[in-house]
Amino acid sequence: MTSPAIAARTPARRFHFLFNRAWQALWVLPLPAWLLLFFAVPLGLLVAISFWSVANYRLTPDATLSAWRYVLGLDFLWASFWRSYGLAMASAVAVSLLAFPASYAMAFVAAPRQRLILLGLAIAPFFTSYLVRIYSWQVFLAEGGVISSIVQALGGKGESLLNTYFALFLGHATLALPVVLILQTIALANVDRTGISAAANLGARPGAILLRVILPAARPGLTLGLLFAFLLSYAEFVSAAYLGGGAFQTLPILVTDLVRAGQQWPRAAVVSLLMIASLLATAFVTVLWAYREKG
Amino acid sequence: MPPHLKHAMPKAFWIAGLAVVFLLLYAPILSAVLFSFSADRFPSLNMSGFSTQWYAQVLTDRAMLEALWNSLTVAGITALIATTLGFAAAYADYRFRFFGQKAVLALALLPPTVPLVILGLAMLAFFSRIGIAGTLTAVVAAHVVIAAPFAMAVCRLRLAQLDETLETAAQNLGAQPSSALIRIVLPHTLPAILAAFLITFAVSFDEYVIAWFTGGLNQTIPVAVLNTLQGQVDPTIHVIGTLSFSVTLTLVLIALAVVLSQSGGAMSKEET
Repeated sequence: MTSPAIAARTPARRFHFLFNRAWQALWVLPLPAWLLLFFAVPLGLLVAISFWSVANYRLTPDATLSAWRYVLGLDFLWASFWRSYGLAMASAVAVSLLAFPASYAMAFVAAPRQRLILLGLAIAPFFTSYLVRIYSWQVFLAEGGVISSIVQALGGKGESLLNTYFALFLGHATLALPVVLILQTIALANVDRTGISAAANLGARPGAILLRVILPAARPGLTLGLLFAFLLSYAEFVSAAYLGGGAFQTLPILVTDLVRAGQQWPRAAVVSLLMIASLLATAFVTVLWAYREKG
Repeated sequence: MPPHLKHAMPKAFWIAGLAVVFLLLYAPILSAVLFSFSADRFPSLNMSGFSTQWYAQVLTDRAMLEALWNSLTVAGITALIATTLGFAAAYADYRFRFFGQKAVLALALLPPTVPLVILGLAMLAFFSRIGIAGTLTAVVAAHVVIAAPFAMAVCRLRLAQLDETLETAAQNLGAQPSSALIRIVLPHTLPAILAAFLITFAVSFDEYVIAWFTGGLNQTIPVAVLNTLQGQVDPTIHVIGTLSFSVTLTLVLIALAVVLSQSGGAMSKEET
């Protein structure tokens, strides 16, 4: 026979337990539920579509590898792939190098309060219309535009800079610089100051301190900056279309063309998945390298 | 910085690097503002004069005003939902230990790493199957996916500064979970919630790839700009740019001011 005290307490405890669980679920579940429905399911559907077929411009659920075979056998796909990948890597390296002096200035030259304000000003453009900024670069780079006018005034030829690698790089830099700046600055600002002081006290020269103390300590953040610049450039298609003049056929452009031109959803899905796979592989290798133990 | 540390290069080198980067970041914005007031159709340094004609043209263009209304509606609803979901997830991560916590966190941080072209494509495929493709509802559903991680990150950072024992202590003293939340957690997190709202609004207001894929005939401002870009030189882009820069820069700078005033407070607390 159960004692009356326990009998009275058990339902109350049960209620309390269930109430706590429900309360917890109320907070835990909404975001994952939204992301599962509107993010994971669509991406899953894209994977499924890559095995579907198209007959008379109609997409039909199927289990065929024909889109995979077709796309992976295209020479120009691989040309686009390596062009996209190479351009994104080169942009990421160039943006990282360009950002480094600025990040160093924010981390080590500016006072803490100034650093916060500068970081704020550096990140703000990231949230403003990228398209309009790209259009502005067209105005700068075109023949008779801002840069060519200045060059002509100085006695130069002043040719159009559009449809060049430089134009494409400017587009990628416009997109990635704020993110790279913020990651690099945080990485540099968090470098252990006592290590720097110790090296200085031991007589290390400023150049050696930068190369052998600061850079290795900031490596994870600097590498993450590089990775994000790569991710952003690899996925971006407006620069390639409007600054590169369409001369650079990249994967994102290929994806949109495949869907718009011939309803080739399965092929577009294959190209998309190839892009995601290469992004994930690159991210994985980069993160491993960034956090690799020294030695 | 330790005062005795010498930089590897003169200070001027680093500051010049900073100046170059800021020039690259702000030159296109300033150029858009300048040329939005140009009297000429073609933007060039030899401007014949200042004029507000392009503003008049944009502000009387019904399609553009409709796009603006679409953008404001989508961004407003997106910001509301994304901030609510982001705060809930941040609070759950801060407050509870639950099964699959790391997986949830990873899932929440994943959307910004997937190329928007691919997300747009996948979402269009999905939305057309559930029958909402081409509606503003679809754009909101998609924008929440890419905006919520920002909201979660901002709220989570703020919650990290809150002493975890405070809320437990309040509950031990008999406070209901909800009243501890309302009296302790919410007031502490309010600046971050506000910042998250402004940032997610800005994210949605400027997003064009997904809106272009999923919005159908319902254009938002950036989609209208994208469509204009595909055509001829159009000076009204500078006007639209200037107006949208003003909206997003103001939102982001207010968000930053809120965050900065908080961290400033935290810094002065550390000093005393």
